[in-house]
Amino acid sequence: MSWSETFQRCFINEDRYKLLLSGIGVTIKVSLLAIVIGIAIGFLIALCNLSKKKPLKVIGKVYTDVIRGTPSVTQLMIIYFVIFATINWSKWIIAAIAFGINSGAYVSEIIRAGILSIDRGQTEAGRSLGLNAKQTMLYIVVPQAVKNIFPAMGNEFITLIKETAIVGYVGLMDIQKAGDFIKSATYEAFMPLVGTAIIYFVMIKLLTIALGKYEAHLRKSEVR
Amino acid sequence: MIKVNNLHKSFNDLEVLSGITEEIDEGEVVVVIGPSGSGKSTFLRCLNLLETPDDGEVFIDGEQINLPGVDVDRLRQKMGMVFQHFNLFPHLTVLENITLAPVKLNKMTPEQANDKAMKLLERVGLTEKANDYPASLSGGQKQRIAIARALAMEPEILLFDEPTSALDPEMVGEVLDVMKKLAKDGMTMVVVTHEMGFAREVGTRLLFIDEGKVLEKGTPDEVLNHPREERTIAFLSKVLI
Repeated sequence: MSWSETFQRCFINEDRYKLLLSGIGVTIKVSLLAIVIGIAIGFLIALCNLSKKKPLKVIGKVYTDVIRGTPSVTQLMIIYFVIFATINWSKWIIAAIAFGINSGAYVSEIIRAGILSIDRGQTEAGRSLGLNAKQTMLYIVVPQAVKNIFPAMGNEFITLIKETAIVGYVGLMDIQKAGDFIKSATYEAFMPLVGTAIIYFVMIKLLTIALGKYEAHLRKSEVR
Repeated sequence: MIKVNNLHKSFNDLEVLSGITEEIDEGEVVVVIGPSGSGKSTFLRCLNLLETPDDGEVFIDGEQINLPGVDVDRLRQKMGMVFQHFNLFPHLTVLENITLAPVKLNKMTPEQANDKAMKLLERVGLTEKANDYPASLSGGQKQRIAIARALAMEPEILLFDEPTSALDPEMVGEVLDVMKKLAKDGMTMVVVTHEMGFAREVGTRLLFIDEGKVLEKGTPDEVLNHPREERTIAFLSKVLI
């Protein structure tokens, strides 16, 4: 069978390309919501870890330890089949929550390092003007930290998008699952799987380019 | 205006301030001199509670500020501080550096703050830099902006922590000139510095601090020309040419 025939069978017959297209939609939906949840959780956990209050420190430490010490696929299945077992939300939202919770642990470490990378003199200057701790954090430290953590954050987004390839475990048809489905239906392994890889690669390449452009924009105040 | 009573401060086991009692009146320019590590910067930083004293009292306008529950942020608005390393906010333009605090603390509307900032920039001779970022400024320019930023809150007192120590020699003059003008306008100032010329010319009173204590104090003439303590004499013989 020729290449074009195989292509035809894998992607065109029975509108199989539509499976992949809707898979792309699922991957993007889950990733975007997970990134938002991950940043929110990550920021809160970072503040816990940086806090001087003991109970908050413990919460932050336990959270990061547990999340980093267990596989994400296990976390996804526990959240889907145990914690949300009786709650009737859309599958993709539950999956996004699971990935957000997972990503939050890594994001918190990135944010913590970013905040610590800002010179103490910046905080002192803010406080000496009469700004309170929260205002100093919000107007002086965080805007500078954002710039420093942006590359690491971009990495985390990319990792997260690839990580979502396990949502098939809870019955969601994302890109990976769609590719797998085509493989089973056609008994062709090469084209569906390499096709899946290419789709992920192109998505992440586009994201990388966009992140790079935005980073350059953020750095404009440093140009002499 | 500022009163400190028996100030003590240790870092771990190292005692940096061992009982400083001092009073600073309105309009005074008190210059604090002394060897490195003598505690002079710590003394200054205790005045606006960037360091918390272990023991002793700090009063500003008769109100004790190192008590639990005191609104330190409100008190700090009365006291500007200028740092050795400028500590300008690199993500903000010069104008934004100056207007941030007055606007966020609801002291001025953005328009009022901008007007005020432009007047201050005129005072330090840097109006043309209003929309530049700090990275494009020289050290001397940065420090003059830092002074303008502190002045934007209309403080009653200005604290200077070695304001010229991080500057190239040719830029020291421009910063000292701004400080001299401020002193002439009657600003109450506490200045930690190694610039003996400035101390002599502008200081109304000098404190020589060594090993956490005020060892000698008096007018610039008394301390610089007729020191009584041996350690003052030894210190001055090293810094004066």
